Amino acid sequence: MKELINWLADPIRSFPITTVLFFFMMKYYRVVGSKKFAKWALIAAAPITVWFCMDANFRAIILWPDNIPINIIIVLIAWLTWYALYRAAENDKRIENGECPIEALPENREKVWVWPNLVFTELMCMIGTTIFLVVWAIIFKAPLEEPANTTWAPNPAKAPWYFLGLQEMLVYFDPWMAGVVLPGLILVGLIAIPYIDTNPKGNGYFTIKERPIAMWGFLYGWIVLWMYLIIVGTFLRGPNWTFYGPFEFWDFHKVVSEYNVNLSEFVWLKWLNTPMPSNIVVREIVGIILTLVYCCVLPVAIAKSKYGKKIIENTGQIRYYIFIILVLGMTSLPIKMVLRWLFSLKYIIALPEWELNL
Amino acid sequence: MAKRGVVDYIRETQVWKSIFRHGPPTNARNRAAVVAGNVFLHLHPIKLKKSGVQLGYTWCMGGLTFFIFLALTVTGVLLMFYYRPTAEYAYNDIIALKEHVPLGIMREIHRWGAHAMVITVWLHMFRVFMTGSYKPPREFNWGVGVILLVLTLLLSFTGYLLPWDQLAIWAIAVGSNMAKATPFLGHGGPGAALAQIGDFVMVSDKNDVRFQLLAGRFVGEPALLRFYILHCVFIPLVVGVLIAVHFWRVRKDGGISAPL
Repeated sequence: MKELINWLADPIRSFPITTVLFFFMMKYYRVVGSKKFAKWALIAAAPITVWFCMDANFRAIILWPDNIPINIIIVLIAWLTWYALYRAAENDKRIENGECPIEALPENREKVWVWPNLVFTELMCMIGTTIFLVVWAIIFKAPLEEPANTTWAPNPAKAPWYFLGLQEMLVYFDPWMAGVVLPGLILVGLIAIPYIDTNPKGNGYFTIKERPIAMWGFLYGWIVLWMYLIIVGTFLRGPNWTFYGPFEFWDFHKVVSEYNVNLSEFVWLKWLNTPMPSNIVVREIVGIILTLVYCCVLPVAIAKSKYGKKIIENTGQIRYYIFIILVLGMTSLPIKMVLRWLFSLKYIIALPEWELNL
Repeated sequence: MAKRGVVDYIRETQVWKSIFRHGPPTNARNRAAVVAGNVFLHLHPIKLKKSGVQLGYTWCMGGLTFFIFLALTVTGVLLMFYYRPTAEYAYNDIIALKEHVPLGIMREIHRWGAHAMVITVWLHMFRVFMTGSYKPPREFNWGVGVILLVLTLLLSFTGYLLPWDQLAIWAIAVGSNMAKATPFLGHGGPGAALAQIGDFVMVSDKNDVRFQLLAGRFVGEPALLRFYILHCVFIPLVVGVLIAVHFWRVRKDGGISAPL
């Protein structure tokens, strides 16, 4: 059983599984966002969690002091995602019946005094947080390792947990993409959200039905591409950034033979059976064409499709093209992950001469 | 004439009246006066919609982020009493803090609080997205929030170096090595090779973004001082200003979001 879970947890299998689970969660959010579902999920999860924690290797990972915050955020996100789906399901049912969302009911629009209503809530939250932080600080000592030694590097050298999604991306991208361009795109994309999403509905209340594209897109990026990769980076990456199952001992001698091939090597050596051309642009021409198709032709082609036309009708050309470029930037990650797993494909464009690998 | 208690007596002294310009918040007029006349409460409107008070709607995550930021400021200042940002002393000062300071959990609170602040910022943004609260008229404030997210992460990142242990320098080494690969601005990134005139290399490991970040080519003592200043002075200053903008805009954009 543990062997099976270790095997399933490998990103090659757990990433598609997570994507499929996400799809079902969003498709059937009314079922997921019900109290009955939450009850049964809790009943099912409790014994599994206990059984997981009985394993010494698993305990060693989750009880490492710097990993405690990520345990906390996993529980909070599971709970709050369910709660948001629950509120959205409730509202969507009301909207379908021609009623207003719960937040817009007259009794909720009624104004109340900040003192004492809000001030009291804030005080309680502050006291609760203070107690929580003090207890946390007493139970778990802040880690302090050996004094800094620039001549001996620990293995694995991990960044703080909130950057591990980016560090995980280093497996699939060159550092300039994983460390600079994609994080930059994430931030630009986040700031751009309110200027791209011109849908006036769903302002100030939970709903999924009235803004499906925004919800599916954001939640996929947030849960599958961000939280899932952080979890993999925190719990499942060991020495040499090699994958270790949740019940696997971090054996420093585990060697994974991995040979990744660039697209140009596929094209010239394998398919055409000729030596690599000396001109580097000719050498990478297939990758360059594919990238241009992905970045330039695909947006135009999608604009001609039924969905594309609908988006342009609602938002206009400029918003559409910014939106589609950001979406393509986001989907480049799962695409590269899948290409790596299926074909051991490393770089689509490999120009180490210009430090430009894609 | 009714007997006057000590409390009533204190409330009528000149000192009390100079500090609190209103009576106890028991009637409508005084409740308004308390919120409007108190520096810690005046960021709130006097009344707000019921949906905005409910914990189920706000999750209280924005408020908690601010509270944790204040807690981090206080514990951080206390830590500064014990800590010297030099390669010679930094590590030993942390040891001393652990071993010689009675009830010394300031470092623990500071460290776990930093993690907690990242968590609350993320969940605050999650809630704001789920309720569509970035929509007009709050677009600009969402952008300010994203910048505050970046600054929160940078505060955490710069704080990581200060204990000067193995975890610290190698986590920073991983992070700053990515800066090396910045297109055009890092010597290991695409485009850097183009910035060359004859033999003169314009972007090298002696002047690229990683060099500016670390004040050197490797993680060393100059990087420690630089990260210390960024962590304790520069970023908190910027965050303070942006928090003011953020809160002010919440008030000016019609208070906390609610259905239009």
